[in-house]
Amino acid sequence: MESGDRTWEVFIQKKPGLAFKHAGSCHGYDKKMAIQNARDLYTRRGEGRALWVVPTEAIVSVPLDDAEAFFDPGEDKAYRHATFYKIPDGVSHL
Amino acid sequence: MDKFEQAFNEIIEKDLKVEPRDWMPEKYRKNLIRQISQHAHSEVIGMQPEGNWLLRAPSLRSKQVLLAKIQDEAGHGLYLYSVAETLGISRQEMNAQLHSGEAKYSSIFNYPTLTWADMGAVGWLVDGAAIVNQVSLQRTSYGPYSRGMVRICKEESFHQRQGYEIMVQMANGTPEQKEMAQDALNRFWEPSLMMFGPHDADSAHSSQSMAWKIKRESNDHLRQRFIDRTVPQAHFLGLTIPDENLKFNEETGHWETSPFNWDEFWNVIKGNGPCNRERLDHHKKAHNENAWVREAAAAYSSKVETSVA
Repeated sequence: MESGDRTWEVFIQKKPGLAFKHAGSCHGYDKKMAIQNARDLYTRRGEGRALWVVPTEAIVSVPLDDAEAFFDPGEDKAYRHATFYKIPDGVSHL
Repeated sequence: MDKFEQAFNEIIEKDLKVEPRDWMPEKYRKNLIRQISQHAHSEVIGMQPEGNWLLRAPSLRSKQVLLAKIQDEAGHGLYLYSVAETLGISRQEMNAQLHSGEAKYSSIFNYPTLTWADMGAVGWLVDGAAIVNQVSLQRTSYGPYSRGMVRICKEESFHQRQGYEIMVQMANGTPEQKEMAQDALNRFWEPSLMMFGPHDADSAHSSQSMAWKIKRESNDHLRQRFIDRTVPQAHFLGLTIPDENLKFNEETGHWETSPFNWDEFWNVIKGNGPCNRERLDHHKKAHNENAWVREAAAAYSSKVETSVA
């Protein structure tokens, strides 16, 4: 890549209160250029009113072939879900 | 087969999506880069035939609309370059491949846009054909490509409608305007059909791409869908499809056409179309003349840690 030119991951919040959602990536030499490019590229039709850009190299992810082992600790704990518990008939608001 | 290959095969088989950091066969990666960069270059080169009419648009409204459409094409090119970059190729490399002729773009953009009616025909037929292809690619197996296609398809339907609107105006205008509309259809009809690529039997990359679910439907299948949609739209305009053998097959429910002139298709792909040289030269010129902008941006970014607030 040309010196100074970097890719950035773009996240858009559609409405206040909603989560930011990944939209894609863009180029930019610095933060300001990156967020302006993200605006021009991903919000031409009112897709959102708030934007994040994050340098691509800052994203950490779990490769899919490792995912099974990585997420395994969360799989077998049914007692973490509300449906695990039995509540007698006639009791409400639980 | 190792566990990586197995994980990849499972994703394909179960119709899940491959993501950038998943393991993938080198050929899958290469195949994607070839297809996606070609797609991106097509969007970018595609701005030139339309830019040709920007300063001569017949009204302020049509100029605004055409400008918005060209901006969208730039945006689509950039989405697609970004997608290709997730596969480990840089934008700079892709530009170099375009300039050296190693990477191709859609042949359709090597035809000139001679009259304002061509802006109608390009939107209606060229974008129309692109939409049929891109809707199908929304289901491609590579996640970022699929998501890019969803975004592009949403935006692209305005393009086709603005093109058809121009065709309606021209076809219902003066006899000269109607003649221009017919002439535009005559010139863009067959090249649009050839946008779907060679027949399935002659398509070099098709079968592997289908197996990997990069492509979900064959060239001929997509082409037929486009023909079946477009013929009635031409009839509505009172225009004639330039194919004397065109006929509706009651049994199959499809429109049948003459064989295409593939010699012409291959000739244009090999670089001998009316505008191949001009399109590439223009791209190189713009790229070279903008070198100082890139240098200034690099110098600036190395000096400051900019804050947006």
